[in-house]
Amino acid sequence: MNIALNLVAVRTIIRKEVSRVLRIWIQTIVPPAITMTLYFIIFGNLIGRRIGSMDGFDYMQYIAPGLIMMSVITNSYGNVVSSFFGAKFTRYVDEMLVSPMSNAAIIIGHVAGGVLRGLLVGSLVTIIALFFTKLEVAHPFIMVTIVLLSSIVFSLAGFINAVFASKFDDISIIPTFVLTPLTYLGGVFYSISMLPEFWQTVSKANPILYMVNAFRYGVLGTSDISVAYAYIILIGFVILLFSACMLLMRKGVGIRE
Amino acid sequence: MQALTIRNLRKTYASGNEALKGIDLNVEAGDFYALLGPNGAGKTTAIGIITSLINKSAGEVEVFGHSIDSDLEAAKSCIGLVPQEINLNLWDSVYNIVSNQAGYYGIAGKVAHGRVEKYLRSMHLWDRRADIARHLSGGMKRRLMIARALVHEPRLLILDEPTAGVDIEIRRSMWKFLEEINEAGTTIILTTHYLEEAESLCRNIGIIDGGKIIEDAKMSTVLRKLQREVVILSLANSVAVAPQLEGFATKLRGENELEVEKGPDRDLNELFVQLNAKDIKVVSMRNKANRLEELFIGLVEGKQAENSSV
Repeated sequence: MNIALNLVAVRTIIRKEVSRVLRIWIQTIVPPAITMTLYFIIFGNLIGRRIGSMDGFDYMQYIAPGLIMMSVITNSYGNVVSSFFGAKFTRYVDEMLVSPMSNAAIIIGHVAGGVLRGLLVGSLVTIIALFFTKLEVAHPFIMVTIVLLSSIVFSLAGFINAVFASKFDDISIIPTFVLTPLTYLGGVFYSISMLPEFWQTVSKANPILYMVNAFRYGVLGTSDISVAYAYIILIGFVILLFSACMLLMRKGVGIRE
Repeated sequence: MQALTIRNLRKTYASGNEALKGIDLNVEAGDFYALLGPNGAGKTTAIGIITSLINKSAGEVEVFGHSIDSDLEAAKSCIGLVPQEINLNLWDSVYNIVSNQAGYYGIAGKVAHGRVEKYLRSMHLWDRRADIARHLSGGMKRRLMIARALVHEPRLLILDEPTAGVDIEIRRSMWKFLEEINEAGTTIILTTHYLEEAESLCRNIGIIDGGKIIEDAKMSTVLRKLQREVVILSLANSVAVAPQLEGFATKLRGENELEVEKGPDRDLNELFVQLNAKDIKVVSMRNKANRLEELFIGLVEGKQAENSSV
């Protein structure tokens, strides 16, 4: 493999992706900012006052890390699935497929694009959160690594969705019916210690719970789960999903006849 | 050296459609090769396999000695593709589209910028470089695809219907440009429905029909197989009835135009001798149809008749 060629190719895809995100900022950056502001106003400011504290933090502080992580996850996923499916749909994906860049470079370039959008929106939501509450980062390394790994996992998942999608409806099914419910049930708005034991066990099967709680631990220093488990699960998903992406690209599923 | 070697290439789609039935093809380095065939003959499938956009069912493909099975990266580096369908990122700028393609081939910085400028200028698109691709006309989009295919300066350029929808003036300037890059050493494989384009540009020709190569030879050799040729003569004076000429079939197309059909055993000198003897003066002459078109139709129809009789 020609490493220099692939590095230039990855950089090119990242530049293209960032330029796309900024070109259509009204679709990519503004909506999550508005949605998250509404969450902070309604759940944090209005309802949160009545809830009081949770795990020793006021409710607004408690939900802020979860909302930041939710925006990172949905935007990382959404960026890759819409960008790669768009390239497939109008066939300009062929530009990449006929070139000598490796399949890994195509995947890494798109995932990096997804991660950058996720982090950009996540940063924006963090700034919005600071207008409503005070956040002091308890464990910066854990916060950064967890948000990066989560973003990579959902970017890879978005890539797989795009590979299998054959029409525009297919790129909204997973976010609507899988991603959103799992995120809402992943401890963004509550601690699973509030649930009956059975539902606590069920909740632990939700990978987003680990991401949200590990990130919350990074920011606030409190978590419902072991952060070590979160790392194991995230790294496991990165390996699994990247391998799946490579296999799909090698077989040409959805992109080669 | 062979620019392209294809051996026993087969493709059967999941639908069961056998698009390629074991084709063999050799294209010499530096050649300007026409790959012709009716719609659905298998041209685009063959090109898709060469460029790795379609998975083959069987057979071997080598590009400048690099097998697409064992040395795909090197094989891909040698190829530039202008596909039949417009496959541009219509939301991106003309400059970015070509520049991104350079990046996909590992070309960056000043080298990439220089190449982008060179090929956009050669395709008369430099002044439109900031425009979004969807704002370009159909012909401009085709030229943009050519610039995109050339930016990494491939040794083998494959053009699948590159001049469809391009006006005649631009088409001729594209022909001139393609001849120049061919003279500079780029091997070109061209598929086109404009057979005069293939006849005037290409030195060798392959005709594919029903997933098989039915002709693969020099253009001049193929054209010699033409059984009949019809020419239209413009006459200096009007004639009331078509003259009877020995060995030629004639038909009046108006008072001053005569259609003459000649067989392979007759030459034009004989025609003019007979016309002179009848005191018929010819002002100008043109072919009724392109010679290659005549031959192409003859070959394809002949093959179809052969198939239907089996």
